[in-house]
Amino acid sequence: MTAIVHHPLALIAELTHRCPLHCVYCSNPLELRFRGFELATEVWTRVLGEAGEAGVLQVDFTGGEPLARPDLVELVRAARRSGLYVNLITSGMPLEERRLAELVNAGLDHFQLSFQGLREDAASEIAGTRALGQKRQVVAWVRAHRVALTLNFVIHRQNLDQLEEMIAFGEESSASRMEFAHVQYYGWAFANRERLLPTREQVDRSINVLQQAEARLRGKVRVEYVVPDYYAKYPKACMGGWGRKLMLITPSGDVLPCHAAQVIPGLRFGNVQSQALREIWDSSDAFQRFRGEEWMREPCRSCDRRTQDFGGCRCQAFLLTGDAAVTDPVCTLTPQRAIVDEIIAATNAATPAAIVTKPDWLYRANPA
Amino acid sequence: MNLELRTRPRLAAGCRLSEPSRGPRMLLMPERALRLNGPSLEIVERCDGAHTIQQIITELQKIYSKAEAERVEKDILGYLTLLQDQRALDFTIEDTTGQS
Repeated sequence: MTAIVHHPLALIAELTHRCPLHCVYCSNPLELRFRGFELATEVWTRVLGEAGEAGVLQVDFTGGEPLARPDLVELVRAARRSGLYVNLITSGMPLEERRLAELVNAGLDHFQLSFQGLREDAASEIAGTRALGQKRQVVAWVRAHRVALTLNFVIHRQNLDQLEEMIAFGEESSASRMEFAHVQYYGWAFANRERLLPTREQVDRSINVLQQAEARLRGKVRVEYVVPDYYAKYPKACMGGWGRKLMLITPSGDVLPCHAAQVIPGLRFGNVQSQALREIWDSSDAFQRFRGEEWMREPCRSCDRRTQDFGGCRCQAFLLTGDAAVTDPVCTLTPQRAIVDEIIAATNAATPAAIVTKPDWLYRANPA
Repeated sequence: MNLELRTRPRLAAGCRLSEPSRGPRMLLMPERALRLNGPSLEIVERCDGAHTIQQIITELQKIYSKAEAERVEKDILGYLTLLQDQRALDFTIEDTTGQS
């Protein structure tokens, strides 16, 4: 039996892997693509049209840093022509106010600005470059333009104690939404996990602070966050289920069911340079492999939660167990939860001195 | 936050209706989309910065004249509160010197 294929709702368009930042938790793969492999404007324009026809509602322009693409304004215009809602997921650099105005005039709906923190030295250490001053400038510019603003704070062990500052900064900005995104452990973050994974005490405190902020700011600013999944009881419904709602296109045109899918050995991806987007979504090997429930083993197979969390994250299953088809080891119903428990036990046993020692980061590279 | 009947709701920046030619109408917003049925579409279409909440209620009470008027008002206020919690609305206070 083949699984029911829903139509895709959102498209994550990784326009480039180039980025002026070198964040130690970047969601891009460890093997980055060079500029010469990037899709041309005409290909993206066609693909955005195909996405609209396939029923996609929203496109996220991301990267790398999408502002590194000189044709970004043109792509925003093309996305709007295709009926899509346009999100820009950005570090805010390099950007000038004139280009921001051009993006808004081209139909940009939502500007999501990422922050590494609000303390210059700590933020620069994570980003591998100084970016905070520019980000503050961008927040000031956005106020004058009719576009939704989200401030996205990526949180982890090194900055989780700055939540109150982040919330206060967001309140004073024109942001309608604040997202507190715990680092997820794939790609560069997986390589730097020991230095990023928060302690249980930090997690408990942060949830408390964020719950209060959410209630206090309701109707004014949408506050969103999730529990970091190593500390959760059940896995997250990764991407809303494999091949159910979302797809991602890499800078060179491969179509992936999620950011990290390339870590799973043996998946064959369709590429938009030679195939129609809908055909890839409907029938490519990568999308079919873990779509629906046929692939599931116990404990997922007979579990009532399988329609809520879809077995969790395939990439996490692979990264932690070496097998992409087992239950996400975050789930407390699988014996393999022991792997995650061991990781968090080590994190929580570390002495405070070990936590404040300057970590030896693996910085994300910047492809030419 | 209580809704005041004399304020004029308007869709916030980054919140807009999907185009009619593209299937079922949706309210599109950052990282979210709400499917709109008959009455919710009637409400959202009037969140244009021109209608006061009271005017929206009066107009919908006419359209849904078979429904109990109080019920219609309660449903509209409930729906506007939901949209406000999503940060989908801005409210302008009515100019007291102007026509109501």
